[in-house]
Amino acid sequence: MSFTVTASFEAEIDELISHYPVNKRSASLMLLHAVQEQYGYISKEAIEWIASKLGLQPINVYELVTFYPMFRQEQPGKYVLKVCRTLSCALGGSHKLHHHLCDKFGMDPHKHGLQTSKDGKFSVEFVECLASCGTAPVMMCNEDFHEGVSHEKAEEILKKCS
Amino acid sequence: MPQEFKLILKNADSPGYTPDIECYLRHGGYEELKKSLALQVKELAEGKKQTPQEQIRDEVLKSGLRGRGGAGFSAGLKWSFVDRKSGKPIYLICNADESEPGTFKDRQILHKDPHQLIEGMIISCFANDVKLAYIYIRGEFPKGAKILNQALKEAREKGFLGKNILGTGVECEIYVHRGAGAYICGEETGLIESLEGKRAYPRIKPPYFPAVLGLYMCPTIVNNVETLCHVKHIMKMGAGEYAKLGTPNNTGTRIVSLSGLVNKPGYYEVEVGKATIGELIFDPQFGNGLRPGRTLKAIIPGGSSSKILKAGEKYKLKKKGADGQMVTVDTDLLDLPYDFDSLMQAGTMSGSGAIIVMDDSVDIVEALANLSEFYAHESCGQCTPCREGSLWMSKALHRMTHGHGRKQDADYLLNIAQNIQGRTICAFGEACAWPVLSFVKKFKEDFEAKGAADEAKHGGAGPSKDMKIAASPNH
Repeated sequence: MSFTVTASFEAEIDELISHYPVNKRSASLMLLHAVQEQYGYISKEAIEWIASKLGLQPINVYELVTFYPMFRQEQPGKYVLKVCRTLSCALGGSHKLHHHLCDKFGMDPHKHGLQTSKDGKFSVEFVECLASCGTAPVMMCNEDFHEGVSHEKAEEILKKCS
Repeated sequence: MPQEFKLILKNADSPGYTPDIECYLRHGGYEELKKSLALQVKELAEGKKQTPQEQIRDEVLKSGLRGRGGAGFSAGLKWSFVDRKSGKPIYLICNADESEPGTFKDRQILHKDPHQLIEGMIISCFANDVKLAYIYIRGEFPKGAKILNQALKEAREKGFLGKNILGTGVECEIYVHRGAGAYICGEETGLIESLEGKRAYPRIKPPYFPAVLGLYMCPTIVNNVETLCHVKHIMKMGAGEYAKLGTPNNTGTRIVSLSGLVNKPGYYEVEVGKATIGELIFDPQFGNGLRPGRTLKAIIPGGSSSKILKAGEKYKLKKKGADGQMVTVDTDLLDLPYDFDSLMQAGTMSGSGAIIVMDDSVDIVEALANLSEFYAHESCGQCTPCREGSLWMSKALHRMTHGHGRKQDADYLLNIAQNIQGRTICAFGEACAWPVLSFVKKFKEDFEAKGAADEAKHGGAGPSKDMKIAASPNH
């Protein structure tokens, strides 16, 4: 399967590459972000395409996908819920929140990594510190950031996901 | 009573303040940049001359500004290490990878007052002859990256960035680079590798000191968001006035991130060293105390990597007495001034300025298990002691928090931690060892009691039959 991109997406990619006049390899992370935002995840074909854009071997890009936790190799749900796992949020009840969401979608709260509901609508992931420890527990829903997320507040956030 | 002193956050939280350039300009924005660019060569004694760039660097050095990212190293000294004779370009990178658990101060600046950072960066670039700079922002701040990109676009349109800034011939460009969820990118050489498009494996020092061999093997300055914002205020106030803020050797203001089990968690900007830890936790204008009926158990004073301080501990602080002689004063945890030097004397560090408060409801073994799981997840995997050790510690603590502790686990944990610190390429080794060393040493009875109780439950020492059920944490 080949990886095809629109002209406007390719223009966006070229603009990103231009931010690194010294060495375009530097654009790797930004290109991976752009691809993941556009396609939801990073496929093998996308890795090869990025590598060819930057004059790299596919392994140079693949090793980034496996190193950086934010990059995914599978299509996630339409809404990705990231719950903070680390100490301040844990003291504020984030583990209960994570459990609550997992129960709701029939997921295993002890399983590592991203899990997606059967209908493909929601993914839940326990992530490390999201840098908002004063408003624990915190959660991201795609790009939106939510503070002080009680079970009730979580339900309201989910309701708005259509 | 100490008061909040809003220098960096003066505008960010005022009603109606928006992150666009028009609003920033209405609040006196970019005036310090104009002033810096208009500086003339200064005649010094003995016929010596000082360029505008040297004058700015001199001001930053004299201001006493210390890095707000974690190490607390003099920003002016850091700049002075830059190899200016190599003939190579010099780069500046703003470390906006805020990911030390407990810290949430840069988030406020990046999202609410991006132009303050950009102005501080352009002045810093000018002072160091930097023509290309990057803001390395953590991947989990997608909105922050968008806000910064918009702000940079506005600054370009107004002529504050580009090949000919405000017609002065000075050149500077800044781009946003996004990380992707790896804590190790906060370590400056890991950050540089990441910015070069590689895995964020920290580089060994020597020889790879960023000031000499940084980005693309060129001299590079890496400064924290808050640190770069202070540069603007140093130019505005002058080093002398700026240095009057705070306490000697701990000048200026600092944004303290207060989290955990306090009534009013939040970020509070104070003059460095003017407030004590007790005031930050209990004063109504700051943390406003603990929940009803609770007592203080311990605090983590400077982000999760700093060594824990136990309630009731006394530290020997060296202070200047009335007659000018140095005297040693026994100081309680709550009376400890929250500054770089006092915390160092207390055997820990103020790190990223993040205090995590734990009351008597907190299970200290659980708390350490949580942090150790963080470090096991975030170790980059380059050095064996850290890659293996962080996971061993996390596994042992996971076992302990799942009913399979052993009495000797406390010593087992100490042994692993002692064999990590000092044996790795970067400071992550210390970052993962220090919480374990300090938690276990200061709360050894809690760890041993847990182990003993589990052993009694399972009928004697040694691993129980069903131990594999809880053998591994989630990674």
